[in-house]
Amino acid sequence: MSGARTSALATLRGQIERIETAEVVHQHDRVALGHREADTALKGGLARAAIHEVFCEGRQGAAATGFVTGLAGRVTARKPLLWVRQDFSERETGALSMSGLAELGLDPRRVVMVRAADVESALRAAADALACDALGAVVLELWGDIRQFDLVASRKLTLAAQASGVTGLMLRMAAQPLPSTAETRWMLRAAHSPPGSAWSAWGAPRFDAELLRNRHGPCGRWIMEWKCDECQFSEPSTYPQPVAAASAHRPDPAVLRRAG
Amino acid sequence: MIHALDEAAERLGLHIGQPLANARAMCPDLKVFDADVVADVKTLSDIADWCDRFTPLVALDPPHGLFLDITGCAHLFGGEAALLQTLVRALARQGFAVSAAIAGTSVCARTLTRQSSGTIVADGGEAAAIDRFPVSALGAGEAITTGLRRAGLKTIGDVASRAPSEITARFGARFSTLLAHALGQGDAPINPRKPLPDYIVEKRFAEPIATDTMIAMTLSRLADTLIASMEKQGKGARRLEASFFRTDGVVRAIMVETGRPVTRSAVIDRLFRERLDALADPLDPGFGFDMVRLSASRTEIVVQEQRDLDAHVHNNDELAALIDRIAARIGGKRVVVHLPEDTHIPECAVLAAPAQHHLAAAMQAEWPARVESEPPLRPLRLFDKPEPVTVPFATVPDGPPHQFTWRRAKHAVVRVEGPERIAMEWWRQDGKQLTRDYFRIEDAEGLRFWIFRDGLYEGEVFDGDGKPASPGWYVHGLFA
Repeated sequence: MSGARTSALATLRGQIERIETAEVVHQHDRVALGHREADTALKGGLARAAIHEVFCEGRQGAAATGFVTGLAGRVTARKPLLWVRQDFSERETGALSMSGLAELGLDPRRVVMVRAADVESALRAAADALACDALGAVVLELWGDIRQFDLVASRKLTLAAQASGVTGLMLRMAAQPLPSTAETRWMLRAAHSPPGSAWSAWGAPRFDAELLRNRHGPCGRWIMEWKCDECQFSEPSTYPQPVAAASAHRPDPAVLRRAG
Repeated sequence: MIHALDEAAERLGLHIGQPLANARAMCPDLKVFDADVVADVKTLSDIADWCDRFTPLVALDPPHGLFLDITGCAHLFGGEAALLQTLVRALARQGFAVSAAIAGTSVCARTLTRQSSGTIVADGGEAAAIDRFPVSALGAGEAITTGLRRAGLKTIGDVASRAPSEITARFGARFSTLLAHALGQGDAPINPRKPLPDYIVEKRFAEPIATDTMIAMTLSRLADTLIASMEKQGKGARRLEASFFRTDGVVRAIMVETGRPVTRSAVIDRLFRERLDALADPLDPGFGFDMVRLSASRTEIVVQEQRDLDAHVHNNDELAALIDRIAARIGGKRVVVHLPEDTHIPECAVLAAPAQHHLAAAMQAEWPARVESEPPLRPLRLFDKPEPVTVPFATVPDGPPHQFTWRRAKHAVVRVEGPERIAMEWWRQDGKQLTRDYFRIEDAEGLRFWIFRDGLYEGEVFDGDGKPASPGWYVHGLFA
C-alpha cells in the first residue's frame, strides 16, 4: 500500500519537475522586439515557448493583426508560421492578405493557413500545431468572447508550447480578457501617423500597444512603430516618414486643399 | 407505359414498354407504382458498393446489370460456383430478384443471365453455351432484334452460322463485334466504377464487429500489413481508403490523403483516428461490420533521405505530418499555402492552394519584392468582396472623399495617399469591369483603410438613361 503511494508520489514529482524544467529551459530564450522600453519591461524581449495574447476592439482588428504579425515575424526566425483562424473573423475584418504580409517584411512562403470552421476545431488545430517543434510560431485568431477558451484550454496550450519551444500568439478580436496562463497580454489600438506631417504622408504601421499583464515584469503603454524593412519594432519616429514616390495620377494637392 | 415488372406480371403476358391502359385491360387488378429512375440508379450503385467485397473491379451495366471481373478472386470464396452461390443468395435474402452467370467474356455472361441464371461457362465454351438462345438475349436493341427475326435468324446459333461479313453488311460493325464478344472471340473491357487501387488488404469477420476499439485495432493491423507489402516495393501511400462493409449491405468508405508518401503504419493509424473522430456523421456500425478493407489508391516511390544530419529535412517532414493530421480532421481544402498569381488585380493576386499538395511549390514561390523604404502599399486584411461605403457629398472629381460611412460608422478622412489606378484586365474578363482608383486613407482615430472608387468620373458609369452617374465607393481592405 505504502509502496504504491510512494511510487505515485515519485511519478507526480517527476511530472512536476519536467513541467518546471521545461519552463527553465526556454526561460532565457527571448527575442528583442526593437522598442527599447518595451524590451526592458519584457526583460530583454518576448519570451519564446510561451503564449502571448493580443486583444483589441472589433474595429481595431487590422491594427492588432499587424502587431501579431510583427511579433510572429520577430519570433519565427525563418521557421514556418502556422496561422489558424476561424471563418467568422474573416467575414468581420477581412482575410489575412499575403501581399499585405509581404509588405510588412514577412515571408509569405513560410505561412501555412488553417481555415477552421469553428472555435473547437481552431483550438484543436492550434494545440496540435503548438506541439510540433518544426514551427516557429502559431497564431490563433479568434473573434468574440469564447466560452471554450478557458483556463484549462489556455493551460494546455501553454504546456504544449513549453514542451516544444513553439511560441503561441493569440489574436483575440472583440473579446474581453479572461484569466489565462499567458506570459503577456496586450491591448492594441491603431496609433495616428506622426502629427504635423503632410496630408498625403503617412508611413510605417504604428500601434498604441498597452501591456496589460506581464508575468515576469512591469506593464506599460507605448506607441510602437513597425519597421517593414528591418522587420522589427522601434520607437515612434517624430519626423515625417519618407513620402511615397509620386504616382502618375496623383491629384494636385492645391486642388484638394481648396476643396477641403 | 410499363417501365419494369415482376415475375408474376410477366407470366400474365405483360411486357415492358406496353401502355398502362392495355396492361390494365389484360389484368384489371394490376398494382402500379410510379417509376423512380433516380432511386433505381442509386440502388444499383449501392448493390455495386456491396459487390466490392468480391472484387475491386465492379462495373455498372445500366439499367439493371452489374459486371464483376472476378479474375483471380474466385478462389478466395471457394471457387466460382461457391462465389456465384454466395452472391445470389445474399442478394436474394435482401429481396432482390437476381440472375447471374459466369463466363469468359462480359457480353457472354450478360447473355447468359437473361436466359439461364446460375450457369458457369468454362473458357472456350461460350459459343456452345449460348447458341440455342433467342437473339433478343444479346441485348442489341429493338431494331436489330426485329431485323434478325425477319431474316429468319431466330437463335444466336443461327446468326453465328452466317459469315461475319454478311452480318456486318446488314446490321453494322457494332453488332458483329457484340456477337463476336458474346461468342467468346475477343472481349470488350468493362469500365470499373473505381480505379483499381495499387494495394488492398482486408479482413473478414465471421462474427461482425461493432465497437470502436475493435475497429481501431483492425485498422491498425491492416495498416501494418499494407505497409509491409508496400515496403517490399519501396512505395509509400498518398491516398488511403478504408471501406467498412456492414452486414446489411451498406458500405461506408472513408478517405485520407497525405502530402507525402506514408511509410509508417503508426501514421496511417493516427490519420484514420483523427478522421473517424471528426466525422460529421459518425461511422454507424448498425449490426456490425463483417469486412473492413484498407486500400492504397495512390502510391509513390519513396526516396530515402538522410534524416538525422539535416534538420531542415526533418522540419519539413514534421510540418507535412502536422498538415496531414489537421487536414484529416478538418478537410484538405481548409489547410492552405499561398502562391502568387501573375495579375495586378488585388483580389486575384494570391492563390490559396491545399497545403498537402502544394507545400513544396509554395516554399519556393517567387513573390514580388516589396519596395524598400516605402510604407505598406497593400492592406494586411483584404475583404473577399469589397464592402460598399457611402460618401455623403460630392467630392472633387477624381479626388478622395473627405468623409465616409462604413458599417454604420462615420469616418473623417485625416490623411490620404493616392490614387493608385488599377485598370481591369480587358484581355481576360467576360463582362465589362470598371477601372478602380485606390486611396490609402487614415481616419481621425488612426484606423487605416484601402478604399476605391469603382469607375472613372464621366467616363465609365452611366445611369439608366445613358447619362454619366457618380461611381460607387468601396472599402477593399484594412491596413495595420
